[in-house]
Amino acid sequence: MKHVSTLTSATLKQTAAHGGCGECQTSCQSACKTSCTVANQKCEHAK
Amino acid sequence: MIHRYQKNGLNFVLDVNSGAVHVLDDISYAVSGLIDENMADTCPQQIVDELSQYPAEEVREAYDELLELKKAGQLFAEDDYIDVSKYIPVGAPVKALCLHVAHDCNLRCKYCFASTGDFGQGRKIMPPEIAQKAIDFVIARSGKRHNIEVDFFGGEPLMAWDTVVQTVDYARSLEEKFNKKFRFTITTNGLLLDEDKRAYINENMDNVVLSLDGRPSVNDEFRKTVSGTGSYDVIVPKFKALVDARDPQKDYYARGTFTSHNLDFADDVVHIADAGFDRLSVEPVTADPGCGYDLTEADLPKIEAEYDRLTEIMLERRKAGKPFSFFHFMVDLDQGPCVVKRLRGCGAGYEYVAVTPDGDIYPCHQFVGKDEFKQGSVLDQSFDMEIATKFAGMNIYTRPKCQKCWAKFYCSGGCSAANYNMNHDMNDSYDLGCEMERKRLECAIYLKAAEKICAD
Repeated sequence: MKHVSTLTSATLKQTAAHGGCGECQTSCQSACKTSCTVANQKCEHAK
Repeated sequence: MIHRYQKNGLNFVLDVNSGAVHVLDDISYAVSGLIDENMADTCPQQIVDELSQYPAEEVREAYDELLELKKAGQLFAEDDYIDVSKYIPVGAPVKALCLHVAHDCNLRCKYCFASTGDFGQGRKIMPPEIAQKAIDFVIARSGKRHNIEVDFFGGEPLMAWDTVVQTVDYARSLEEKFNKKFRFTITTNGLLLDEDKRAYINENMDNVVLSLDGRPSVNDEFRKTVSGTGSYDVIVPKFKALVDARDPQKDYYARGTFTSHNLDFADDVVHIADAGFDRLSVEPVTADPGCGYDLTEADLPKIEAEYDRLTEIMLERRKAGKPFSFFHFMVDLDQGPCVVKRLRGCGAGYEYVAVTPDGDIYPCHQFVGKDEFKQGSVLDQSFDMEIATKFAGMNIYTRPKCQKCWAKFYCSGGCSAANYNMNHDMNDSYDLGCEMERKRLECAIYLKAAEKICAD
């Protein structure tokens, strides 16, 4: 495309089919303990 | 739903429901402000007229590209692929413990949400036998989950070192029998770190969180010892020795807190980086309104500007070959968590619980001491499924403010404890927290785009 550069495509929808295994890290265990960001966590299957 | 924003000459359009992120030129960005989900197959003349500062042909071309994205499900996507009822966990398999091995602390941090370590429950150390019962509890409750996390927390967990070591040994001894893998984290203020503990932590802890607020004056204003002296000079050399000896493949964070007293907190982040740490997290304080160092809406412009400043500093550092990561600016656009996790968030109260030195179970560390949230005890392995089910049932679709928010799939509805503490309702989002979160996400996505542009 000339006017638009896509940084990431529709990845979220693709995860609906196979997601939810629950094996990934609990977000509050990583560093925060007082706030919330989930999108910086890793999918266990992507490691 | 889309979210449009500009930062440092870059134009962004986020498609909320699909997760797509687009960087647009000025013409297409202008067009994106004049369209909605009901896009016609050809560019309406009204849009061409309204954007008369651009060549008409270019406007039509940009419109067509946006229409193509829409048809590909990357713009104005619906969320009809999400079956929320299917994603509400049943049976609440518990997979993560915040193990409060010490309700005691050797610091007296003024902003401590744990009442300087004892959570208002008296100073106590968890006996190894209770920690072992907590391990039994999580194994019994974890169902088919293979990976189990335990965070040694407090208070200050190094004050309960025997319990820490015995708990790790006990959990490891059961891994094969129950087909579980334990991953340990320890969150420490560092005062009691010595060579043996450092080596043990680097060997056995998958993650270590090192509490440090930044510049000496900032750290020592709040993070004082029992005798009232600052902790900076004691802890920084200990933290540095730990990190220098640590396997780079293993996680660690130098983690600080900022308050209204250091709204120039980017300087603290830089200070920690310059002290030799490259994985950083400096987070807004959790504090009672009116306490004198709490953050208010009036601080928001300064906080947002500071996040912007930090973003630029990080780009400069990267160009200079001295990069560092900042926890809240980390976002994985390609291989991040699945939509199911993004719906549900932290899992407090059903897959993640806190256990006190007496063995009492609470939905998370921030609920400890709130009697109405006590969920059971590892002593008799009781677990209140009514409370668990209530927590499991909360998600971005049950929180009214989330439904209209573009950031919902990134923060997953925020922190139930923050909502409860500020608004007395776990589904009523804490507005200031949301504002900061949205700003951080805009910065995070900008950084990703800037990295990509630099790489190209």
